[in-house]
Amino acid sequence: MPFSLLKYGLNNDYPFEKDADLPAPSTLKSHYDVVIIGGGGHGVATAYYLAKYHGITNVAILEKGYLGGGNTARNTAVIRSNYLTSEGVKFYSESVKMYQELSNEFDFNIMYSRRGQLTLAHTDSAIRAFRQRTEVNKHFGGKTELIGPQEIRELVPTLNMNPGHMPVLAGLWHMDGATARHDAVAWGYAKGATQRGAELHQLTEVTGVTVENGKVTGVKTNRGDVGCGVVVQAVAGHSSILAEMAGFRLPIVTYPLQAMVTQPVKPFLNPLVSSPAFHCYVQQTGRGEIVIGGGSDPYPLYGTRSNLELKEGLLVHAVELFPFMSNLKLMRQWAGITDMTSDYSPIMGLSPVDNYYLDAGWGTWGFKSTPICGKTMAELVASGGKVPELIQPFSLDRFDTFRQVNEMGATAASH
Amino acid sequence: MTGERLNAPMGLLINRDQPVSFSFEGRHYRGYAGDSIASALIGNGQWLMSRSFKYHRPRSVLTMAGQDANTLVQLASDPNVLADRTPVSEALRVEGQNYAGSLEGDRDALLNHFGRFMPVGFYYRAFYKPKGIWDWWEKAIRKKAGLGVVDLNATAGYHDKEFLHYDVVIIGAGPAGLSAALTAADAGVSVLLVDENPVIGGALTYSRFDPAGVHADGLRNELSEKVLNHTNIRVMTEATCNAWFTDNWLPVIQGKRLYKVRAKECIVAAGAYEQHVVFRNNDLPGVMMCSAADRLMKLYAVRPGKKAVILAGNDEAYLTALALAEQGVHVAALIDMRDKAQDPALADAVAEACINIKTGMTVYEALPQAGNKHIRAVDVRAITGQGKVADQGEIIDCDLLCMSAGFMPAYQLLCQAGARLSYDDERARFEITDLQPHLHIAGSVNGVYTLNAVLADGKAKALKALELLGKAPAEPVPAVHCEKQMNYHWPIFKHPQAKEFVDFDEDLQIKDIVNATRIGYRDVQLVKRFSTVGMGPSQGRHSALPTARLVADATERSVSETGVTTARPPFNAEKLAVIAGRAFDPYRQSAMHHRHVELGAKMIPAGSWQRPAFYGAAENRLECIAKEAHAVRNKVAVIDVSTLGGIELRGPDAAEFMNRIYTFGFLKQAVGRTRYAVLTNEQGVVIDDGVSCRFAEDCFYVTATTTGVDSVYRNMTRWNAMWRLRVDISNVTSAFAAVNLAGPDSRKVLEKITDLDVSAQAFPYLDCHEADIKTAAGNIPARLLRVGFVGELGYEIHVPSRYGEALWDVVMQAGAEFGITPFGVETQRLLRLEKGHIIVSQDTDGMSHPGELSLGWAINRKKPFFVGCRSVDIVMNAKQTRKLVGFTLPADLRHKGLKPEEGHIVLRGDDISGNITSCEYSPALDAIIGLGYVGIDQADTGSQFRIRVSGGHEVQAVVTELPFYDADNKRQEM
Repeated sequence: MPFSLLKYGLNNDYPFEKDADLPAPSTLKSHYDVVIIGGGGHGVATAYYLAKYHGITNVAILEKGYLGGGNTARNTAVIRSNYLTSEGVKFYSESVKMYQELSNEFDFNIMYSRRGQLTLAHTDSAIRAFRQRTEVNKHFGGKTELIGPQEIRELVPTLNMNPGHMPVLAGLWHMDGATARHDAVAWGYAKGATQRGAELHQLTEVTGVTVENGKVTGVKTNRGDVGCGVVVQAVAGHSSILAEMAGFRLPIVTYPLQAMVTQPVKPFLNPLVSSPAFHCYVQQTGRGEIVIGGGSDPYPLYGTRSNLELKEGLLVHAVELFPFMSNLKLMRQWAGITDMTSDYSPIMGLSPVDNYYLDAGWGTWGFKSTPICGKTMAELVASGGKVPELIQPFSLDRFDTFRQVNEMGATAASH
Repeated sequence: MTGERLNAPMGLLINRDQPVSFSFEGRHYRGYAGDSIASALIGNGQWLMSRSFKYHRPRSVLTMAGQDANTLVQLASDPNVLADRTPVSEALRVEGQNYAGSLEGDRDALLNHFGRFMPVGFYYRAFYKPKGIWDWWEKAIRKKAGLGVVDLNATAGYHDKEFLHYDVVIIGAGPAGLSAALTAADAGVSVLLVDENPVIGGALTYSRFDPAGVHADGLRNELSEKVLNHTNIRVMTEATCNAWFTDNWLPVIQGKRLYKVRAKECIVAAGAYEQHVVFRNNDLPGVMMCSAADRLMKLYAVRPGKKAVILAGNDEAYLTALALAEQGVHVAALIDMRDKAQDPALADAVAEACINIKTGMTVYEALPQAGNKHIRAVDVRAITGQGKVADQGEIIDCDLLCMSAGFMPAYQLLCQAGARLSYDDERARFEITDLQPHLHIAGSVNGVYTLNAVLADGKAKALKALELLGKAPAEPVPAVHCEKQMNYHWPIFKHPQAKEFVDFDEDLQIKDIVNATRIGYRDVQLVKRFSTVGMGPSQGRHSALPTARLVADATERSVSETGVTTARPPFNAEKLAVIAGRAFDPYRQSAMHHRHVELGAKMIPAGSWQRPAFYGAAENRLECIAKEAHAVRNKVAVIDVSTLGGIELRGPDAAEFMNRIYTFGFLKQAVGRTRYAVLTNEQGVVIDDGVSCRFAEDCFYVTATTTGVDSVYRNMTRWNAMWRLRVDISNVTSAFAAVNLAGPDSRKVLEKITDLDVSAQAFPYLDCHEADIKTAAGNIPARLLRVGFVGELGYEIHVPSRYGEALWDVVMQAGAEFGITPFGVETQRLLRLEKGHIIVSQDTDGMSHPGELSLGWAINRKKPFFVGCRSVDIVMNAKQTRKLVGFTLPADLRHKGLKPEEGHIVLRGDDISGNITSCEYSPALDAIIGLGYVGIDQADTGSQFRIRVSGGHEVQAVVTELPFYDADNKRQEM
């Protein structure tokens, strides 16, 4: 038994201070140096690194619902860096490295679990794409291999190697692939940020952005107006709506993305398994539940209601890949809202409004980038608008200059 | 043995003439047909059914209605099966789950004593120091988590789906549902009545509605008979409406079939969940809901105990007391948390049955037998304030405690439909508001409980539905009113030694909920996520209400403000197999498929199609490809190109449409001529290509890539929905079968099978004609295209699909004297590479614009518009960063394992500057040739660049002018 548990057991009361993790609601001040809109993983991570590395603590995180209740709560917690482009691989690799340290850094267990991610190739065109991803990953020091059917059988003995008419020909084996308790990531960051002085205001909805002479000066909220020097928008799922309040458009189309989870069973699956050809990925959580996800809904929508059609299509494929799972029972189905960009990469950095910084376009790749995103956004804010090199490729103006960072193939049904 | 059962009329569901044997944990038991596993086990005195998730406490039935995780058991290949909803069958083998050793002597039960070491959220604060230790702990914890075991060899069996359409769908066949069904059906509309139980009647089948217990049976018989015999009503029993999706789209699961039901009007009469009282050891076997005891007796003739105590928060519990007493159970006491019963007559009836009523009191703690295996007594205390009790109490021996703290409406489907739960402080209950217009609620889900009011509510909602269906009601809609108070306001009693369970699934106690709020997780959603309350198999059916109350109290907010966590589909856990149904696994074979198989082709998937890769054994792949390529280059060969996409455009604006969609100019394309067609998207990225053939002024036939055609067609129809040009667009891919007849002798073969003049003068390169192909069985209408994809004289012959096999046969026969050879996709890829032709999607990626692909010649710059033209202009005028080039390497590298493969990367210094998209050994050139993206500064012909190949080795390639083979194109144009 770890010492910490012994300590709890010998304590008659619950061994943690009141508000040990998150502060009690407080009044909203009339001015902050920095207002971060969106209390999801990205928003609180930005506040955390602002306080930790830059000593900037006169910061308010404004969250319209509850902490981490948007896509931080709804994603399927895949952490990986096996992307296609140099820009993408460099960025996401940095995030994976940071993730590995978070539990000890926070003194709060985010249950980071390095399972490895296996993406299946059923066609020779997939093999070509996977080979390129392997090579790019290796070039930047990632642990990724293109493996054959025999190695796949050894890694996932329960996988059906001949599903439908699409035999498994090869696999992209990304040893750095991992998962973590997604909520705990947001809580750990929020805890660290608020303990250093940042304020987290839940149930505080931004209803307007005040821009004077091309420069942001404050926001309007359901709890009153707040002046500020800098705004960071980190509202995955509603990026375009908020940008519109600030007076500009984003090249984003927003789609629901659904996922589902079965009742818990004893462990039988260690790696995260994904098949882009079947639009399906499957993983087993630490609690024993099987999480199943797939492609986005085919129509733009802001609703988080789930539907039957996607579930039917997805589960057909899930049981083709793992036929014995047909006897498992589905417990819950939900949806998140994803802001898709045309190149499947984020939009980070400057916006057309001065002092208004963008952290948007997180489609289906937001959770895995939480640490590096928070860190680079904090750098951007602290430097007064100097865009860190790592995120320069993700600038908004790339859509005008057609210098996109194309990650479409590396995103399909692997999230 | 079957155990002693109560006499009829108890045992509505069982057939005493049909005993059934089954086993549980290796021991044999007998029950009756109609028994659930749980009722049969309790009938045999076997109470222990499961171990709890965290502390491994013994658990038994709580609801007898499948609403809790306490009865989850394991069948051979079925984990997490609800014992109280699953019928026993002959020779059924049932096991417990989630234990170490045996269910009876679970070694993990020790964890029960370590609860204090595992406060809520403990795992967030442990197991990670020193760094790295978590990897070890995680494995250990994962083994302890999870419930049942998956049979890795299980197969799904046959499951299917059926669509249904009804005017009115009613969920729940209790008195409200039956009343609604009859009202609607009598008005002539079609009604589907869905109920999860084996017989209809709902609470009428097990509950008492009057002290004497005589009313329910008669009413049930009367209503059931009418409903079952009504021609307008279809009754589905043992069927669950498992979700509500937009516009009353209802998945109803019955056995192995998923009914997908569209309802014009939907009435939910699904009842309410009886709620537990939160006190210490409220999870012991022998502690159950009042309705569970009622069900055991009435449905299964099982006596739930010998000596009972009733814990009441409402009058319903009084009726259970009477039912127990009537069946010979000694009711030691009725403990009423309230000051008095709402209906004095009921209290009198209970007193007359010699049951001691104690008001203003509660059970403070249930006292266990050894090992917590069953309840043996209760500690009864006077209530002194909200959640507070007197210091001293009375111990009353019992082996059964029936409780009813109140009811929670079955809100799941309704909340999925966007309804809200608002808390009525006066009545201490959640009510459902903000319903969708075509969704109605009746009966206890609507907070209506007295039988007459329930019947009236069912009728009222049916009349409302009829009105919306345009059937003016024949009678006025009755006003329904119910004063019955069902909920006790604070049935939560904290104990210093805890184990007062709020959530049985997750083993969560009062302090766990309160402590979560205390350290900052105030929002009920955060409480859920931090403590896992409501996340177990029963998804909060019992924990939602006490959690809302506890969180509200701890955070000084109202229960309404606090709310409950979101209800998501499905309502009950559903087998993946049921939703998946019969796997729909479409794949396509061309009309010539069987000929390829006969010739020994190695088939590979291409999109949804199957295509020959080459002809011969897999181990001879390279030899086969070389032989086929040789035949194309030197003699004559044929490839099935039926899978190639085909789109036909007809209408006066067909040329205009082509002109707007594709990059080239098509207005002046001559009839009888073909033209290369490149498609770009709005970003200016090349997304498909093909050949446009003009067969008439108003008729184009354009090919597309095998995998791209569906999206090309979708895009075309989307654009024309905006443009509204006079053109009909059809995807005719599967209407045509086609071959490409290629090689120097191809003209000689074609001559033999058509009367068309195919001489170089009459049928030059890039011409297309409609003509007949002659066969012994008659002529086949065909479209002939002179194309040059593989770089030799060649003709594509497209015929209606039904003639595909005949076409193949006649070509093979005619070609026999020239040594005709079939060739496959892999050979074709090599041949086109020798000619430097790109394959869109292989040699292009999501960023490839025409400039990078040297396709500037295929863009008409004079026309006003094509899709993507603005972007193409911008990107082609901007500074170029990369280019797709041809390259060459010495042939002998392939013997050293250094041949680049598709996907390998191109380097420039330490940076990645590009990637290889195609690479083959060319026997015709005796060199390794390929296409790849390189940095713009690496793209000049003759310059060298590095490729990192397998094993991290690097090779130097030389940029080579395209095409590699027959630079003057003399061969394809001869």
